[in-house]
Amino acid sequence: MIAGIIAAVVVVLLVIVYISAYNGLIKGRTYVQESWSQIDVQLKRRNDLIPNLIETVKGYSHYEQSTLEKVVGLRSQLINGPADDHQKTMAVSDQLSNSLKSIFAVSEAYPDLKADKEYVKLMEELTNTENKIAYSRQLYNSSVASFNMKIQSFPSNIVASIHHFKISEYLQVPEEEKATPKVSFDK
Amino acid sequence: MLYDQIARNKRRTIYVLIGFVILVLAIGAAIGYVFFDSYVGGLILALVFAGVYGAIMIGNSTNIVMSMNHGHEITKEEQAPELWHIVEDMALVARVPMPRVFIIDDPSPNAFATGNNPQHAAVAATSGILERLNREELEGVMGHEMTHVRNYDIRLQTIALALAAAITGMVNLAGNFFWWGGGSRRSSNDNDNGGVLQIVMLVLSIVLVILGPIAATMAQMALSRNREYLADAGSVELTRNPQGLISALQKISTSEPMKEADPSSAALYISDPMKKKKSLTHLFDTHPPLEERVERLEKM
Repeated sequence: MIAGIIAAVVVVLLVIVYISAYNGLIKGRTYVQESWSQIDVQLKRRNDLIPNLIETVKGYSHYEQSTLEKVVGLRSQLINGPADDHQKTMAVSDQLSNSLKSIFAVSEAYPDLKADKEYVKLMEELTNTENKIAYSRQLYNSSVASFNMKIQSFPSNIVASIHHFKISEYLQVPEEEKATPKVSFDK
Repeated sequence: MLYDQIARNKRRTIYVLIGFVILVLAIGAAIGYVFFDSYVGGLILALVFAGVYGAIMIGNSTNIVMSMNHGHEITKEEQAPELWHIVEDMALVARVPMPRVFIIDDPSPNAFATGNNPQHAAVAATSGILERLNREELEGVMGHEMTHVRNYDIRLQTIALALAAAITGMVNLAGNFFWWGGGSRRSSNDNDNGGVLQIVMLVLSIVLVILGPIAATMAQMALSRNREYLADAGSVELTRNPQGLISALQKISTSEPMKEADPSSAALYISDPMKKKKSLTHLFDTHPPLEERVERLEKM
């Protein structure tokens, strides 16, 4: 009788542990997917902003045609690239960020461009998008870290192997971004 | 660590509320005894008062605090694109919903957060902070505020602030009764008047004697300077950039005092808006000394 009760209690406890481990894993995976979609939204937003930028700055002769062409090329590479290769996408995105930075750097030489309301607005939009890409990448990596920890630690590792949860890969952070983590085009 | 801090804050909020209810009941009983010769009447009155006040406060604390500090809400990102975007960024990495955003028209740079929980939070920034700080610095400040939001510091601080205001209000109310109500009710019985006055004085002084330390303790609990260090650390965790917050704190602390800030809300701000002269012991400072904060940030 008593042995039966103890056995029942143990079984109930095990079931509870199992369920909560499973739910924790699901939550972790959802966080990872969610934070990737944050990045994706920002990449799309930037792709939408780039034609406006090109349109605004192309009248200024100092912009080398090659830089603008490079931006356009990288943009279409992002749009047409394989959507599920996150590392590749981010590598292209980083190149695009750098090219945009050089466009902004050239604009320093044009007081009337810098005073242009549309340009200032565009600049804030692009700065915002660049920062959001950086921040959502940070969020992605910290979500991956906690998800991977759940997959590898006891007892959720057992549940993870039963349900085939796989550890996720971190997004590589470019070297210069490690030193100064956020892009700040202004001031 | 984060969850410890959240649990501690929730626990303390409950202690503060229990303390408040006991205090209100005691004051109600005392007032009832002195003015209506009945503990029960006073108790009921106090309960009703506490209930109504509590409901108003919990339902509306953000608006009350914001109007005390003359903040006006912005609802569209075009109104302050940089601030709006930074708050969005910080809410994103802190994984909390986008809070309401307020601006206080005051040239002195400062900022604070308030609200009952991360789902009903608000951040305020002065127009001065938007002008004088660059993007990285403002990110540091908003990261600090978002950490207060995520840690439930805002709930504890806002409730403590509202309760402190209520206690002050009640003491004032009791004072008015003392002058206008208490005296006239017994005026038919002149012989007794001196005695009643004495009792009233006695009760009032007892109440004040009890209230003083309790209010101070509550303030201490809410204002605990440790909270500021934790929020500074949380900000760096979000922005990964201690330098931004360091130079923001330096700019904020070397500027002139605020005009629009409500003194009882001083503890909410990232840096003391009143710029009081520092006391020798730092015992009653609402904020840790700047040098200490910068030193800790530099070690990160």
